[in-house]
Amino acid sequence: MADVAIPRAKPQMIEANAWTQLKHNRNWLGFWFMVPAMAFLIFFLAYPLGLGIWLSFTDTRIGRVGQFVGTENYEWLWDDSIFWLSVFNTLLYTTVASAIKFAVGLYLALLLNENMPFKAMLRAMVLIPFIVPTVLSALAFWWIFDSQFSIISWSLKHLGLINQNINFLGDTTWARICVIFANIWRGVPFVAITLLAGLQTVSPSLYEAATLDGATRWQNFRFITYPLLTPIIAVVMTFSVLFTFTDFQLIWAMTRGGPVNATHLMATLSYQRAIIAGQLGEGAAISSAMIPFLLAAIMVSWFGLQRRKWQQGENND
Amino acid sequence: MTDLPTRSIDLKAVLSGSSPTAAKDDHSEGMSYLQSVPRRLVTLYLPLTIIVVVLLFPFYWMALTSVKPDDQLLDLDKFNPFWTWNPTFKHFHKLLFESYYPHWLWNTMYVAICATMLSIIASVLAAYAIVRLRYKGANLVGGLIFLAYLVPPSILFIPLATVVFQYGLFDSPLALILTYPTILIPFSTWLLMGYFKTIPFELEECALIDGASRWQILTKIVLPLAIPGLISAFIFCFTLCWNEFIYALTFLQSTSNKTVPVAIVNEFVDGDIYRWGSLMAGALAGSLPLVILYAFFVEHYVSAMTGAVKE
Repeated sequence: MADVAIPRAKPQMIEANAWTQLKHNRNWLGFWFMVPAMAFLIFFLAYPLGLGIWLSFTDTRIGRVGQFVGTENYEWLWDDSIFWLSVFNTLLYTTVASAIKFAVGLYLALLLNENMPFKAMLRAMVLIPFIVPTVLSALAFWWIFDSQFSIISWSLKHLGLINQNINFLGDTTWARICVIFANIWRGVPFVAITLLAGLQTVSPSLYEAATLDGATRWQNFRFITYPLLTPIIAVVMTFSVLFTFTDFQLIWAMTRGGPVNATHLMATLSYQRAIIAGQLGEGAAISSAMIPFLLAAIMVSWFGLQRRKWQQGENND
Repeated sequence: MTDLPTRSIDLKAVLSGSSPTAAKDDHSEGMSYLQSVPRRLVTLYLPLTIIVVVLLFPFYWMALTSVKPDDQLLDLDKFNPFWTWNPTFKHFHKLLFESYYPHWLWNTMYVAICATMLSIIASVLAAYAIVRLRYKGANLVGGLIFLAYLVPPSILFIPLATVVFQYGLFDSPLALILTYPTILIPFSTWLLMGYFKTIPFELEECALIDGASRWQILTKIVLPLAIPGLISAFIFCFTLCWNEFIYALTFLQSTSNKTVPVAIVNEFVDGDIYRWGSLMAGALAGSLPLVILYAFFVEHYVSAMTGAVKE
């Protein structure tokens, strides 16, 4: 805290005028340093966030300023079966994809934490799906799941398991499975590598002690690994749930919401209504409807972080 | 379970494979000798191979498709689809000389670099002020920035579209350069705060005694010491920009202004049955710059990823 004392000593010697105040006062200095970041965040994040909520109460269209219409958009959506279908899809997509991402990611992290040859290279390769832009890998999946030339259909046919091509992206159930699979494929590396970083902080002496006491591998995992990982799991899964819930690009590149709206998420539906159909107000109402879900996820994250502080004591810097 | 010892995360060790744990220092294998080789084969190598193959197969398929001649692409009976003996660069040639692809690559690069630079400058200042100037309310601002990180683009693009239109930025790269920082600044501020915290106070105190201003301290002492953090923030922001889709899709209209992800989805998907070769070539060429960058800075990526979660 000595750096607090030293700048304070100076103004006592020099006569403090307004200019030196502005240059040396910690609060003013802090303010100047914050200006660029705050300008961006206020003009392009906080203001649009508020504007979005306002738009959802108006009947704005592209190229026409809207009138305040109260909760009409929301009432309209309440009776809209496609909207409810998109809510159902979003929840299904988020729950299934996040649960599997967590399970596979944790399993992969545990595998990667073992000693083996080419460990560094393997870990680097695992992360590649996360690096490549989502849209571009989604296009690869689009081709893999093509209705006529799908390599999966071809392989299964040659193995004698099926007789005709599976219509992957044309059938409602298959389309849902395919987009969820693609999302899992993209999300697993992130979960695995962050959990791996957490796993490496667990001291091996704990496992050695437990093994000497006769603990099985499952008990090692259940009573040492899992409790120590809980805080980082909470944070990673919050991020994962949040980004899965608001996913847009994967769906847009693979199915654009089809077939018969079976893969429409709230984000894609709001894009379709707002930008393609031009009903900005209605689209804004759909995206504002996501906010309560996001708040719930943020609360979970907050308590996850609190719990971590509590576990590791105050020195958490 | 509060009394179990934990260690701070050694980020670089995560990927380099050199575990920081004490047991590894004496070059022993930990407890792995307790498992027999066949058992390890089934419980470790087999599942690991399956997962890695699934994770990498789409890229193999992308690369293979992009060099296959058209007739082999669609005739799965005469040719083995998993390999080709006569690769062609026809699709890449078409991409580079008969489409706007070089334009799109340049646009993506330009937007990504400008937005990243802007965000890094803003984040460095903000992170330094929050961590070291500790002005009144610094913690609150730090918390708000973390919240900003959690606001997803998919709820902002509609109001932002009206804002962009109002400011006359529609269909210009400037729209993306100014909006991407809202995604990047929260992330990189949070990351840099972590790095700045590790720089000892004493260095700054010495400089203050020698009469350095805050600006001099930042540029001559703190930044040189935080270079690994800056690199992490830079490449991660760059990747995020390259990956960004919904803003680019909404704010850009003319074909030649588009970025690679948007352009490929919109411009290459015509009714042509032979489009797959060039589509996959485009996807591959759009991914390569990031994969190359990644290959050079693997540990920085991981430290950026885990760093943002850790704080």
